[in-house]
Amino acid sequence: MYSNKYIFLYASAMVVIVAVLLSVAATVLTPFQEKNVRIEKMQNILSSMSIESTKKNAEDVFAKHIIESKVVNYLGEAIPGDAFEIDLLEENRKDISLRRLPLFVATLNSDTLYVIPLHGAGLWGPIWGYVSLKSDLNTIMGANFDHASETPGLGAEISTPVFESQFTGKKLYDNNGVFRSVKTIRGGADVSDNHGVDGISGGTITSNGLSSMLEQGLKVYEPFFKKLKDI
Amino acid sequence: MSDNNIQKREPLFSMKNRRLLSNPIGKENPITVQVLGICSVLAITVQLKTSLVMALSVVAVMALANVIISLLRKTIPPRIRIIVQLIVISALVILVDQILKAFVYDVSRQLSVFVGLIITNCIIMGRLEAFALSNKVWPSFLDGIGNAAGYGAVLLAVGFIRELFGSGSIFGYKVIPQAFYDIGYVDNGLMILPPMALITVGVIIWAHRSKDKSLVDVS
Repeated sequence: MYSNKYIFLYASAMVVIVAVLLSVAATVLTPFQEKNVRIEKMQNILSSMSIESTKKNAEDVFAKHIIESKVVNYLGEAIPGDAFEIDLLEENRKDISLRRLPLFVATLNSDTLYVIPLHGAGLWGPIWGYVSLKSDLNTIMGANFDHASETPGLGAEISTPVFESQFTGKKLYDNNGVFRSVKTIRGGADVSDNHGVDGISGGTITSNGLSSMLEQGLKVYEPFFKKLKDI
Repeated sequence: MSDNNIQKREPLFSMKNRRLLSNPIGKENPITVQVLGICSVLAITVQLKTSLVMALSVVAVMALANVIISLLRKTIPPRIRIIVQLIVISALVILVDQILKAFVYDVSRQLSVFVGLIITNCIIMGRLEAFALSNKVWPSFLDGIGNAAGYGAVLLAVGFIRELFGSGSIFGYKVIPQAFYDIGYVDNGLMILPPMALITVGVIIWAHRSKDKSLVDVS
């Protein structure tokens, strides 16, 4: 039979040992994990412009194509900051006038592209992505989406190339210059529809979340687009 | 001291020890016979790759947990033994999760919460309680490997069937030729959903029992 004292000592000692072990492991492994997250982000940004990259060369390719990582405010004015370090989840909680909007300017085949990071809500958790616009600031060059915990085979399909490739060539503005964004259409979008892509069967809530993420996330850049077009 | 008192050392892979490895894969399979650890089978067997990483993670956690508990078995106060087991398992699972995140990031993204949920896999705690607490280190190690392998084997079988019929691929490579799709073959979308995993496991259990009649409960 064990005494209470022994049980208490045993439990305390065990907890301390395990705590030390896990802290050491976390400290040692954190740099690797952060690097993975950074590289994945770079690869996602590049892939929204259909630029292929591998884990090894992502940093070089990123440096080669991205010429500016800037931050703008709701009036479209450039403010100091690095687009790469901005946490969109945090920014989206702020009032629009305080929001810092990240933006990447890239060059590909001597064309200038604008990559806009987006963050929204899916069914089970956050969804996020990058949309790249051609230099007319209207036509979508490509898109890349990802999610934390959408249902595999249903909502999770938003991160598949099949779904993402639908966005290429879609337009943000209609012929009258009105902002229309791009929406997912239940039951499938018409081929001639410049503002719609096929929604995901069985993933309606994720699809709707994606639509509103696109609309809200892109609309705030309108002043910036206007400024750039006026120049 | 006479020779009779010296116990003959058991060979590392004696008949008994080999059974520890092979029984859980067949006759005492944790999934198809004991019906434990079902929820993870349903969740992560959409693709073979995730099934494989999950199986390997469980092998690592189960073998190490069994060894550690077996080493500590004479010092653990019975009143808090469940807590001790849980802490050992949780610590190992957190380690595995961190290592996956650091070195195989994309796979860890796919497994997402299910690595953490290895903690709640009843097979692991079941083996600690039933075997490691009362056996020596080496047999415990083998028992851990054997049970995890039994779990992994079913995971891979289910993953194989679901990926093949659900997505037409194996380990992400397309194996069903385009010609099939051209004449009207369609991937079975139902296979991707968890209910089909349950049905697949059911079919495996059925096949297993009809092959080994001793498993059929006649009472």
